[in-house]
Amino acid sequence: MPFIPHTEDDTREMLAAIGASSIDDLFDEIPPQLLIKSLDGVPTGLSEMEISRLMHQRAAQDGAPLCFIGAGAYEHHIPQAVWDIATRGEYYSAYTPYQAEASQGTLQTIYEYQTMITELTGLDVSNASLYDGASGLAEASLMAVRSNRKAKSGRILLAPGVNPNYEKVAVAIAGHQNITFERLPMNGSTGNAADKLDAGREPVALVIQQPSFPGTLEDVDRLTDWAHERGALVIAVVNPLSLALLKAPGSWGTRGADIAVGEGQPLGVPLSSGGPYFGFMTCRQEHVRQMPGRIVGRTTDLDDNPGFTLTLQAREQHIRRSKATSNICTNQGLMVTAATIYMSLLGFEGLRKVALRAQQNTALLVRQLTALPGVQRLYEGPHFHEVAISLDRPVAAVLQELARRNILGGYDLGNALLVCATETKTAADIDHYVDAMRDILAKQD
Amino acid sequence: METLIFDKSRSGRRAFAQAPVADDAVAIPESLRRKDTPRLPEASELQVVRHFTRLSRQNFSIDTQFYPLGSCTMKYNPRACNALALLPGFAGRHPLGPVSHGQGFLACMYELQEMLKEVTGMQGVSLTPMAGAQGELAGVLMIQAYHKARGDLERNEIIVPDAAHGTNPATATMCGCVVRELPTGSDGDIDIAALKAAVGPKTAGIMLTNPSTLGVFDRGIVEVAKIVHDAGGLLYYDGANLNAICGKVRPGDMEFDVIHMNLHKTFSTPHGGGGPGSGAVGVGARLLPFLPIPVVGATERDGVTSYDWLAEEALPQSIGRLSGFMGNAGVLLRAYVYMRMVGRDGMRRLAEYATLNANYLQARLRDAGFKLAFPERRASHEFIITLKNEAREINLTAMDVAKALLDHNYHAPTTYFPLLVPECLLIEPTETESKETLDNFVAAMTAIATDAKAGTSFKEAPYTMPVRRLDDVKAARQLDLAYRPPK
Repeated sequence: MPFIPHTEDDTREMLAAIGASSIDDLFDEIPPQLLIKSLDGVPTGLSEMEISRLMHQRAAQDGAPLCFIGAGAYEHHIPQAVWDIATRGEYYSAYTPYQAEASQGTLQTIYEYQTMITELTGLDVSNASLYDGASGLAEASLMAVRSNRKAKSGRILLAPGVNPNYEKVAVAIAGHQNITFERLPMNGSTGNAADKLDAGREPVALVIQQPSFPGTLEDVDRLTDWAHERGALVIAVVNPLSLALLKAPGSWGTRGADIAVGEGQPLGVPLSSGGPYFGFMTCRQEHVRQMPGRIVGRTTDLDDNPGFTLTLQAREQHIRRSKATSNICTNQGLMVTAATIYMSLLGFEGLRKVALRAQQNTALLVRQLTALPGVQRLYEGPHFHEVAISLDRPVAAVLQELARRNILGGYDLGNALLVCATETKTAADIDHYVDAMRDILAKQD
Repeated sequence: METLIFDKSRSGRRAFAQAPVADDAVAIPESLRRKDTPRLPEASELQVVRHFTRLSRQNFSIDTQFYPLGSCTMKYNPRACNALALLPGFAGRHPLGPVSHGQGFLACMYELQEMLKEVTGMQGVSLTPMAGAQGELAGVLMIQAYHKARGDLERNEIIVPDAAHGTNPATATMCGCVVRELPTGSDGDIDIAALKAAVGPKTAGIMLTNPSTLGVFDRGIVEVAKIVHDAGGLLYYDGANLNAICGKVRPGDMEFDVIHMNLHKTFSTPHGGGGPGSGAVGVGARLLPFLPIPVVGATERDGVTSYDWLAEEALPQSIGRLSGFMGNAGVLLRAYVYMRMVGRDGMRRLAEYATLNANYLQARLRDAGFKLAFPERRASHEFIITLKNEAREINLTAMDVAKALLDHNYHAPTTYFPLLVPECLLIEPTETESKETLDNFVAAMTAIATDAKAGTSFKEAPYTMPVRRLDDVKAARQLDLAYRPPK
């Protein structure tokens, strides 16, 4: 009986205390025709040794490819201490800190997280996190509609560089409350927003992703001021690591962005096939009551000593029910714990080094790739750690050939290849990729 | 309070092993570059390790305390599930990596889908929702999509019992539906007459938890399903309490059309201080085309099974994508390992022993003088006691008992939920707790009641925690949500 401690004596004594003759009696309120006899579709149980063997085989089966894919999830070195501590039972097996006095560890960790992420994004307040970056944009859009009461159109504008999957998720989650999402036109040579833009009627918010999905750096000051002049709020979608080098959303334009969201994964969370990650969300103080999700505040106890507790709960579903700011219940507590430890270990100087190394590695990779015949950068201009390159032949076939050589060569944009070389790549790794690419392009000529 | 990491920070201190070497030249135009220096901690590796280790010790957790938080299923999280999900091949796999480099991972996901179908009696499963509340959203969106696809455009009402989790009505609102609240009968079952009056041509569906949050199995479920279906609505099963029935009775057999499962409850993935969760959804035949994408598909050729993603092309009527990639894959791997270890027979024992523990604890507390909210009913895997009398007679509230329990080294049960039972404690022991633990918990509850009767006040409890009772009103009025050093 896996993980069930009962001895036969225990079971007998417990049934006697209940006044039942068998465990089946305990289910006698269920209409008998509904009871099933067995679950044939579930295999019989495995011992820990057996499942361990199976999982090792399957993990090994997926190989250990050399990965140059980014596109919203990034391979970074995670210091050993991060997950050693985050998986301590006291963090791992606790729940939402409803009983604050018995949850100060989780609560203080979240408060420290909120501090770090507001520092990084240059905004006033943070929640305790959302599910991931994409759903974070959906929640930010709903929040903008609640906050910007003057704009009644329900129209959310998207800069051309917003991750297309984020848009899909935002439409799926937020598209049922009279909210629409519209893309602004792109300047074909820079990949950024066109020079001339039309905001249309009463836009609620403009979403600006920096760096953009295809890796370009948008003129965030111009777009922020443009949106604010038209009564729209500005939602920044940012890679938190890039903020070690790039202007923080709170400093965009004259007034700064109003809300910042993004994928927290680069801050110490493993790639793990796409999750669990965490979405961060920060905003200006004036919007705090429209924020979704858990928020931790510092207060005092009966002895006037400082302590931490969940606060502003009147916004939330367990109090407000159908009138809540969101249906969200959990945050991504464990991921936030890991990110807080990660940011503490690296500090700003460490994050800067990681960001710089990633930028320099990507620059090196792109320099070498574009020296090959038929390979060019898709857009001109500066980049952070991801660049779109065009090939003189279909991207998919090249990627497939690279994968055969155990190299994941990037993300297929359709008309181009999006490559990323983080700090985890050595000069030899980059050479290896470039050599393989040279070979493939030569063969397929 | 532990000193904040920011106050332990010293300018210029580094945990050097963590940062790579990099050239300091920033290849970014001046106008886009960051000029200020955010105040992140500057600390040594040991300081960071010690700080967060010390913080962790201020938490109650399953690994350290009995945690009978009703409706949250705080059972033991087996260590193997975590370790195996973090094997380098899994932890390091990029979500956009080709399926040629993901067959091992995808095999686990496909088999997980199949096992969840079997356990719930459903026809299809999508693993992508990232938490129970997102599973609910997916479920209601599928119900809407179904009606819409049939041209049945007037159905915008979702019926929700008054005992439901707050996420149910909040979800229905997010989907643009109107919430219609349904009263519960005095025996804890749904008021059938009220249901009959509530359904009609505007009914999109009903969201039910069964066993309900009142800790009882709704005996009228077959009739409930018939009434809702006859009215043209669909039935949504909130899987929060699936641990109570796993392997005994299946939502599909109860005629539910869609279900979300909280894998962090029934299938024992970590609660992690409030997440990550995972809210996989299962559907009956009618809702198959609308499942959120991506879903894992399998093809057999020459005796070899290969796995692939099914996305927009395969499921053109899907309600769409709910996460940046495919949901909380690492959580799903942990659930997969758990289900494979527990296996077919073990799955049934989850419900059996969870139910045994709940009914035993209920009987013992009743015998110790506590009042049950539904004394005539069997407990499911959880039950409710009400301190209505104690609150009136000896000024002992549910909150007082919750806080006093912390001093006895027990996490408190869920308090003041469901909202319709006054001064209630919702208690869920789970199957992984031993009889001794339950007996000791009864002794603690008895001691608290005895002390209260003798005149002890628990208004200022707890006394033995890292902090005393906290001022929530001050927390909300004088917002301090981030540390800023004094200027």
